[in-house]
Amino acid sequence: MDLATFLIQCLNALQYGLLLFLVASGLTLIFGIMGVINLAHGSFYMIGAYMAFGLAAPVGATFGGGFFATLAVGLVLAVLLGYALEWAFFSFLYEREHLQQVLMTYGLILVFEELRSLLVGDDVHGVAAPPWLAGTLPLGETMTYPVYRLFISAVCLALAAGMYGVLAHTRLGMMIRAGSTNREMVQSLGIDIQFLYRVVFAAGVAIAVLAGMVAAPVSSVYPGMGNTVLIVCFVVVVIGGIGSIRGALLAALLIGFVDTFGKVLLPQAAGVLVYVLMALILLWRPDGLFKAG
Amino acid sequence: MSLMRTMILATAALGLVPAGALAQAKLKVGLMLPYTGTYAALGNAIENGFRLYVAEQGGKLGGREIEFIKVDDESDPSKATDNVNKLVKRDNVDVIVGSVHSGVAMAMAKVAKDSGTLLIVPNAGADTVTGAMCAPNIFRSSFSNWQPGYAMGEVLAKKGVKTAVTITWKYAAGDEMVRGFKEAFEKGGGKVTKELNLPFPNVEFQALLTEIAAAKPDAVFSFFAGGGAVKFVKDYAAAGLKKSIPLYGTGFLTDGTLEAQGEAAEGVQTTLHYADGLNTPRDNAFRLAYAKSYKLQPDVYAVQGYDAAQILGSGLAAVKGDVAKKAEFIAAARKARIDSPRGAFSLSAAHNPVQDIYLRQVSAKENKVIGVASKALTDPARGCKM
Repeated sequence: MDLATFLIQCLNALQYGLLLFLVASGLTLIFGIMGVINLAHGSFYMIGAYMAFGLAAPVGATFGGGFFATLAVGLVLAVLLGYALEWAFFSFLYEREHLQQVLMTYGLILVFEELRSLLVGDDVHGVAAPPWLAGTLPLGETMTYPVYRLFISAVCLALAAGMYGVLAHTRLGMMIRAGSTNREMVQSLGIDIQFLYRVVFAAGVAIAVLAGMVAAPVSSVYPGMGNTVLIVCFVVVVIGGIGSIRGALLAALLIGFVDTFGKVLLPQAAGVLVYVLMALILLWRPDGLFKAG
Repeated sequence: MSLMRTMILATAALGLVPAGALAQAKLKVGLMLPYTGTYAALGNAIENGFRLYVAEQGGKLGGREIEFIKVDDESDPSKATDNVNKLVKRDNVDVIVGSVHSGVAMAMAKVAKDSGTLLIVPNAGADTVTGAMCAPNIFRSSFSNWQPGYAMGEVLAKKGVKTAVTITWKYAAGDEMVRGFKEAFEKGGGKVTKELNLPFPNVEFQALLTEIAAAKPDAVFSFFAGGGAVKFVKDYAAAGLKKSIPLYGTGFLTDGTLEAQGEAAEGVQTTLHYADGLNTPRDNAFRLAYAKSYKLQPDVYAVQGYDAAQILGSGLAAVKGDVAKKAEFIAAARKARIDSPRGAFSLSAAHNPVQDIYLRQVSAKENKVIGVASKALTDPARGCKM
């Protein structure tokens, strides 16, 4: 591998890592911070991708269109969905065992998958990147790099910074973290933890949907797309350390590098390298890279 | 998704309560196809095609009405043996039709070989199904992976292409298509300089596209399907490779996904046993009937489902619907000339279609036929002892 190729591969790895963080960030919030095992995370991601596909036309007709208008409408819908789901289902689960959370969120996967099939069908769809981001940058002699991929990286960095800022440095973040440690105590201090968690959950769903919408132009939109990202999202959160945004970001980047260079240098083992990485890190640090504390 | 499967079976079972004494029991056809996941659309197209032919015969094959028992195989090889055993042992089906995913089909072939149940494979191209695992009771209405790969190898070698890089998912279908391609391409004087793989169903191609750019071959031969194919073709174009290194593949790369691939697929050439714009009376009639019945345009999967029903029909006609006469059924189906929309074909000694492989080019969201890549191509059926 010459130097130019190596550098391009590093860029690929970085970009893939950031994409992974974007996809896993909603799970970091719901699973990592709130402690709810949410297998339906992939479904929220899928819903986002289908929103990017399905909302563009109606939003265009109503608000004159535009990438950000579609994104905004999608986010509002996602917050409503998250809020309703928390109210109807998840609020009953905080006190219960994890197995019940697994069962219910697995049930949600089936429901969302079937609804998707009924509403949109089983075809594969493509979503166009907005025209002002559709260009490419030349890279080496034969390759070009899509601008939209760089845009995704930027969105991801902004999101990581935003989540970290809110959780680590604001009063709201403090309350959320306190709630995950001791719910009753927070409640008795006069904080409406029930409402707070409803909002955080809605935010987690919205971030997953955002990830789906932003990733749709590069990932395409197809049945079962959520299931393929779900496992790697859990790997990101577990390697990073439950509850740590910094850890999740670092874990996503690590996976990006291991996966990219694994595919190139060790193609026979590319499928397992990520899990080997996870096993090694957990042997070394059973709580993940950064344990929230 | 086992819940869904239970629901489908429950619904199917409710519909099956006999309304009274029947002169001849319905023929039980087990459809084991993907109804969820990446290949869901393919499973539905196959079922539609199959049902269309049955409907055209007045709802009967060989004088018997057909009862369908559906199982969603989820394209999951690890559940395949259980699923197919359910059809064979619990539901006692007369014929199994399935599936799309090669790994699943191999598990099905194994069970069919052991139990002697008739199996018609309407898509999965795993070479071994009509190769090392071939059996008198196993038929295929589609293709072997070797066929379209080999045909593309011939085309590129004839064009004078010197070097090629191959890229595919690391599983049976991809490996076998690449092997077929390599065999013909290198026999014709070309050289495969690099074989790139990634685990199924991984769709992060960027690292491998960078490898292709560094290797600078004259051509790229690829196999992907469904959502992965959409992403690959778009990523390939976005990486700027399409301009300098033409992309070729087996037809699955661009079949049923052109709407989603958009501009990125324009001009891509592929090989397959079916194409748009064949414009034969047989194909036109089929397309019209399919469009009328389902308000959808048929694709290669629909054709394969349709022809699976034709193979079943030809065997059943010879035994007047009595599947117990297996030897006669098999002899008749083996000799039948299947009047397929793709062009008439017959089956090889190993029960795989002997067929023309078309060269197609994507233009205006269609896989337009631009010639025949290989005429009456017969799979070598390596390892088949029958």
